[in-house]
Amino acid sequence: MVLSLGIITIAAAAILGGVYAATKGPIEEAAQAKQVEAVKAVTPDFNNDPVAEMTTVVPEGEERALKVFPARQDGRLVGTAVESYSMNGFSGEITLIYGFDTEGTLTGFEVMAHQETPGLGAKMDEWFKPAEGVAGAEGRTVIGRNPASTNFTVSKDGGDIDAITAATITSRAFLDALARASRANQAFVQNETGAIPAAAVTGATPKAAQAAPSEAAADSTVMAETEDNTLVVAEP
Amino acid sequence: MSRNLRILLNGIISENPTFVLTLGMCPTLGTTGSALTGMSMGLATTGVLICSNVVISLIKNFVPSKVRIPAYIVVIATFVTVLQFLMAAYVPALNALLGIFIPLIVVNCIVLGRAEAFASRNGVFPSLLDGLGMGLGFTIALTLLGAMRELLGSGKIFGLEIYPEAYGSLIFVLAPGAFIALGLLIALFTKIRSPKAC
Amino acid sequence: MLEYISIIITAIFVNNIVFAQFLGICPFIGVSRKLSSAVGMGAAVTFVMVIATAVTWLLQTFVLDPLGLAFMQTIVFILVIAALVQMLEIILKKVAPALYSALGVFLPLITTNCAVLGVAILVIQKNFDLGQSLVYAFATAVGFTMAISIFAGIREQLALSDVPRSMRGVPIALICAGLLAMAFMGFSGIKIG
Repeated sequence: MVLSLGIITIAAAAILGGVYAATKGPIEEAAQAKQVEAVKAVTPDFNNDPVAEMTTVVPEGEERALKVFPARQDGRLVGTAVESYSMNGFSGEITLIYGFDTEGTLTGFEVMAHQETPGLGAKMDEWFKPAEGVAGAEGRTVIGRNPASTNFTVSKDGGDIDAITAATITSRAFLDALARASRANQAFVQNETGAIPAAAVTGATPKAAQAAPSEAAADSTVMAETEDNTLVVAEP
Repeated sequence: MSRNLRILLNGIISENPTFVLTLGMCPTLGTTGSALTGMSMGLATTGVLICSNVVISLIKNFVPSKVRIPAYIVVIATFVTVLQFLMAAYVPALNALLGIFIPLIVVNCIVLGRAEAFASRNGVFPSLLDGLGMGLGFTIALTLLGAMRELLGSGKIFGLEIYPEAYGSLIFVLAPGAFIALGLLIALFTKIRSPKAC
Repeated sequence: MLEYISIIITAIFVNNIVFAQFLGICPFIGVSRKLSSAVGMGAAVTFVMVIATAVTWLLQTFVLDPLGLAFMQTIVFILVIAALVQMLEIILKKVAPALYSALGVFLPLITTNCAVLGVAILVIQKNFDLGQSLVYAFATAVGFTMAISIFAGIREQLALSDVPRSMRGVPIALICAGLLAMAFMGFSGIKIG
């Protein structure tokens, strides 16, 4: 009696152990793929590995750290993706990834996890990212707006964004998470631009030290072009 | 009608797990927010049902009757966990949608019920057919319920728009709609099966 | 403290296990014809759910996780719950015959009550500590007892009413449950702390 049950249990454990070992890799890959997909979707084109370069930033006055994924094109920062959250959802926490360009303008977002009501709050994706030509799209879209020039609160609270019909609480939570992401992004970008010379001084690998000045040069070229419309060739 | 066909149809019509036996109500209500999730849940359960029926039919002479229930539970739980890993690895989005209802297939009364009532008394092939029939009956029921809720709630079936979403009544996608839609479907099934008695 | 109150209110009203999470539907429909048996079932579920959650939480934290056997979770939990129910039955029979005669008939049904296994898995997924897990399990069970008792009260009345023949039994019960669930939707969005 005990023997047969024991044999069955051992066989079961052996099978499970085998399947677990076989699927462990794919499960981790699947979890990472979701993050990579989301980062790709929200940031401008990049050719580095943002997930590998992921750092954490604690927004001012808060305790919980946010994940920041820097997107770089040939070593130059072109944008960031920030995984943010809000505890103020209609039923619990919501998690999103927001993308910003270097100026802090929102380039995209992806909803990662939520428990909002289907059909109402769960519409975050289509509501704040409306297709062109949809009626009322102007008041709803958050893409292409910059926190410096936009009041990211719902219009009911005196802001610039129209809340999702019948889901104001979710809309507020969405914008709360956005504000948090934006603060983390600012802190990251500030730290990043300040960090480049520091890294060069402390003598990183020769390659990195070489890359840093040329990057600064590229920056100044762009600056010169936009400011007085003349082309300045910077010597590396 | 051949015996095998009768076993297969038994699960789909005369002893349909959802409409006639009203077993496995939790996933029936919890995963039918859309036709796709309902169908996926049905197919996942079918897979476990077939595998556990076959294995239990194979080991039925080897297990003493005193410990048969724990032994069956171990077999079922093994297949459920294997399914959980496979879904997490290859269809993570679907796995996230069905959530806790995947591990809970273990306590789905249909699976243990068929093990006890059919697989422990019949050969391997009939047990396989019984698992397939019951699983398909369950899948059909869940797909129908999912399609009905999706259509009434958001005007779509399998994501295809039938009428504009704004005209849907959202309550059918939400929790109360699950109960009401299932109640109506069971009543309809009863009516169709025995029009004279009802 | 506020955290515990928040867990309790959420588990009983906002995320009621039956009306919002669709767990424990089988006994909810099956054992709700009479108010007295509904209350008995609720009490038995409360009893088993709290003990099962405590045992499975301890097992997960001190045995499965340290040994890297988390993949055995489902199999271990369901066996533990099944064994626990059997043991409770034997102990109750000897120690508290009065309680046994009240709850005894419901105990075997609880092994396949997905609410018990569901809560055991949920507290692990939610990363609750032992205190939070116990409070959550207890509050969830209270929510279940409340739901099944209210529902039994309605069904006792329903037995007296003239229902179309094909709607009798489970269909009309499900529709009533739907209306109850609608009432419970009024609690959604409530937050404490």
